[in-house]
Amino acid sequence: MELDTLAANMGVGYDCKGSISVPIYQTATFQHPALNESTGFDYSRSGNPTRLVLEKGIAALENGNIGLAYPSGMSAITNVFMFLGYNSHLIMTEDIYGGTYRLLNEILNQYHIEATYVDTTNLQEITNAIQEDTAAIFIESPTNPLLKVCDLKAIAQIAHQNNILLIVDNTFLTPYLQNPLQLGADIVIHSASKYLGGHNDLIAGLVAVKDQEIGDKLYFWQNSTGSILSPHESWLLLRGIKTLGIRMEKQQQNAVSLARWLQNHPQVTRVYYPGLPDNPGYLLNLKQARGYGAMISFEVRTPELIPRFLEHIELISFAESLGGIETLVTFPYTQTHGDINEETRNSLGINNRLLRLSIGIEDQKDLIQDMEVALS
Amino acid sequence: MKKSTKILHTGNEVDPVTGAVSYPIYQVSTFHQDGLENDGAYEYSRSANPTRNTLENILTKLENGYRAFAFASGMATISSIFLLFSPGDHLLVTSDVYGGTYRALTGLFQRLGIETTFIDTTIPENIERNIKDNTRAIYLESPSNPLLKITNIRQTVQLAQTYNLLTIMDNTFMTPYFQRPLELGIDIVIHSATKYLGGHSDLIIGAACVNCENLASRIKFLQNTFGAIAAPQDCWLLMRGIKTLKVRMEQHQESARALAAWLNEHSYVNEVYYPSLIQNPGHQIHQEQADGDGGIISFRLQSSTKARNMLENVRIPVLATSLGAVESIITYPCTMSHDSIPIDIREQMGIGEDLVRLSVGLEAPEDLIADLEQALK
Repeated sequence: MELDTLAANMGVGYDCKGSISVPIYQTATFQHPALNESTGFDYSRSGNPTRLVLEKGIAALENGNIGLAYPSGMSAITNVFMFLGYNSHLIMTEDIYGGTYRLLNEILNQYHIEATYVDTTNLQEITNAIQEDTAAIFIESPTNPLLKVCDLKAIAQIAHQNNILLIVDNTFLTPYLQNPLQLGADIVIHSASKYLGGHNDLIAGLVAVKDQEIGDKLYFWQNSTGSILSPHESWLLLRGIKTLGIRMEKQQQNAVSLARWLQNHPQVTRVYYPGLPDNPGYLLNLKQARGYGAMISFEVRTPELIPRFLEHIELISFAESLGGIETLVTFPYTQTHGDINEETRNSLGINNRLLRLSIGIEDQKDLIQDMEVALS
Repeated sequence: MKKSTKILHTGNEVDPVTGAVSYPIYQVSTFHQDGLENDGAYEYSRSANPTRNTLENILTKLENGYRAFAFASGMATISSIFLLFSPGDHLLVTSDVYGGTYRALTGLFQRLGIETTFIDTTIPENIERNIKDNTRAIYLESPSNPLLKITNIRQTVQLAQTYNLLTIMDNTFMTPYFQRPLELGIDIVIHSATKYLGGHSDLIIGAACVNCENLASRIKFLQNTFGAIAAPQDCWLLMRGIKTLKVRMEQHQESARALAAWLNEHSYVNEVYYPSLIQNPGHQIHQEQADGDGGIISFRLQSSTKARNMLENVRIPVLATSLGAVESIITYPCTMSHDSIPIDIREQMGIGEDLVRLSVGLEAPEDLIADLEQALK
């Protein structure tokens, strides 16, 4: 079944009364039919029907077998890292989301979960970073915020030759445009607050895996640490996923036009978007994904243009997040990536002239006009 | 201000913008920023959300603490708090602790290098004897789950202070309406707010409240980074539940007292565990540190067969895992709430096949007694 069909029909047929929309099971616990008998649901932390429909749904969309829903993307990431265990080493994309960087450098490092940050577009750098205790390679593709494209198939090969897991954060492209599990990844992570939810109205995280044993262990962590998504948010997320395809198409269409427009703007010195043919990741991305998504980063001529731009945009909101139907702009240098030390930020290109756009579903003429004014 | 007034008037419940008496549900992920200088306004809902903040302010007032934090579940709260500790650290924990806490400590945190000794905290010498050079904290439940054992909170705090240990206490059974551990010197109080605070079996949520700025900033960091946050809708439901905390707790207690007395006289019942019963060795201490007994009773039947028969025949209480709700809930700890503890350790703790736990709901106590009577026959 095609993804649009799967998504639109998620949960349909689940309810015994025929309700097309899955009921919100706003309950803490479940009555046992008799002593030592169970309906399959005992306590909502361990399993909730609304959450289960969502968890099965993400597994299906990502071509996995097990899905898990968490109260935030960071909660999903923390659970996955903790499952890797005490004394493990990770290889990470160097321009990783700032929250993940903070988690590793300020909490997990004390449990001897250590990370080496490399340019994961360079396969040799990945191979060189492998140590005896390396448990996983964690990548984003395209990366956040520089939209660098990593070769998922080749990295999966390196990982498996070395008995290492490949974890992919698929937040930017979503299963609509890219299926990392099919390319060899072992675990896919989503900040579902972004495109999957799509309406800037919820915080949630999702994980999908193929392997039953990994799934069981992750479930043990989810249940024991109580890192669960509430029934109401699960329902909202299901509702969001139903329009994933049409949203992504429109957002991408807008993003292609805006990226081209930015490229020709005199105040803009550089545009990062994998959908531009002169982007170094353009061909690789086309090989492994069905589209480029709707995230664009761009560099302006001088740092002074940044506050002016942020002050003069009217339609576009200056806010930290992405993937929603409304267009948002972020200043990664202090917002999403503010936790990474300055030297590293600058060397990566996350400097004080960089802005990140999450393109929404507005009419592109209005978006261009808003930016035109703000950049003048 | 009396407790019952304070529950309803913490100063946080009215929306300052519109005057709405029920605080709005901010179902949002992110917030528009006015400029590059963030002056402490809201940015992103994982870090802070107005509905969650309002709930956290209310909980702070109720526990008389410095700051409170809301999490996705009681276990998310407990796990986030345990992340305060590092590999090599050692914790002392009440022996008949909730099964989920036991599982997190032995199944997960042990793998991260945090060591735990489970001890009977009702005996102060027992605590002192088990303190090691690397002991960092004492974790208590009082009354404990499911045996309602009482730990002397003040005395434990004193001991902890002598050895420079952090004290953490799960206050789920009592709620701040009956017991305020921070006032007794505890550093961190924890709730499975799914239970009495929410009170309606309709949400999963947890909370922690601390007594100082230092702990508050460390837990704030963990809440944001670990990201196990409570959702806005659930925060709102919890605030709604808290509004009736007083009337519910009073009624739970009144009925529980009646049921405990009745069970105590029943010929099939061997032992009854309830804080105010004279045979509870901690009843005097409990009276000094709490304002009430709560609504949880555990009792031992003459045999495991009698226990199972009763559980199969009760009609009013729901046979389920949970407690603290408007409807009575009956639980078989050995296969339900505490089944994550290995059988030999469970037996050693006194959680055998003859033990039943009852969370007394708001039904008429006469109906509950009549139902238990027919189920015991």
